Amino acid sequence: MRRLPTLLALALALVGLLAPLAAAPATAAAAPEVNINEIEAEVMCPVCGTLLELAESPQAQREKAFIARLIGEGKDKAEIKNALVAQYGNAVLALPQSSGFDLSAYVVPIIAFVVAALALGFGVYRWRRSSGPPDERPASARGPTESEQERLDADLARYDL
Amino acid sequence: MSLRSSIVAIAVLAAVGLLVYGLASKGGSEIAVGDPAPQTMLDRLEGGGQESLADYRGRWVMVNFWASWCVPCRDEAKTLNELQAERGGPKFTVLGIDSNDLSPDAKSFVKRYGIEYPQLRDGNGDLAHEFGTTGVPESYLFNPQGKLKVPWRGPVDKKILQEQFLPVIPQKGNS
Repeated sequence: MRRLPTLLALALALVGLLAPLAAAPATAAAAPEVNINEIEAEVMCPVCGTLLELAESPQAQREKAFIARLIGEGKDKAEIKNALVAQYGNAVLALPQSSGFDLSAYVVPIIAFVVAALALGFGVYRWRRSSGPPDERPASARGPTESEQERLDADLARYDL
Repeated sequence: MSLRSSIVAIAVLAAVGLLVYGLASKGGSEIAVGDPAPQTMLDRLEGGGQESLADYRGRWVMVNFWASWCVPCRDEAKTLNELQAERGGPKFTVLGIDSNDLSPDAKSFVKRYGIEYPQLRDGNGDLAHEFGTTGVPESYLFNPQGKLKVPWRGPVDKKILQEQFLPVIPQKGNS
């Protein structure tokens, strides 16, 4: 009998520890999964031609209200974007889609970077090859360059009597 | 021409081509008097199905771009509704084009203002772009051959209607 209070205390402590864990999923489910600011930063105001988060036109206000309503209905980000595309077309998306022709918006810069890097590497390689190995001899041993030789010949010719 | 020169020439031509394409696709040219009506197919705002301006050949059509969020469109809708009641029929109709708008908002607008003339939906503004509109509202009167007769950028009130459109629009009873 002496152990009963101890067991009760332990059971209460255990319940106290587990209660937040049990309540966590419910809290997470109740919390909004979609942030309206996040969506407004990823879609356009078609009339203004700017991001929705920067737009204050009447059309933008209606679009924001539409998004807020869909969030209230429990729609996720993809569903909201699909609904916006259904209303305004693909131009409402601020980011190009990752399929079809829009994919080129992601692929072309990568290809251009690789091609530019290859061209630069090739250019450096050719430049280094064309310059040849450095001449280790002292300047006096190398003799005059072509232009120096021409100047020398011209000077000698002037003094040639 | 050496291989290097050819590659440089092709790269320059490609860059210039991209710039020209970008500029050409960016700026939509404005439709002018005498131009044919664009043929883009649009969804009907209500009732399902699609139509284009070609479906209205054979009668005068006043194409009116509007949106539910557009304040001047409210007064204009009343004016155009009266016009439709007075002149609408086999020879003439007003045709609303709901542009850059949410369809639930547009349907509410049509209901609230008791609009009787047909409505098409240009949600992404493609047709507005083809017309080269600068905003809403704008109206364009086409003749039965589908050629533009009267363009009007801005709201149509009774005075504008009287001066610009009514002299051209046939009476209901005229043959």
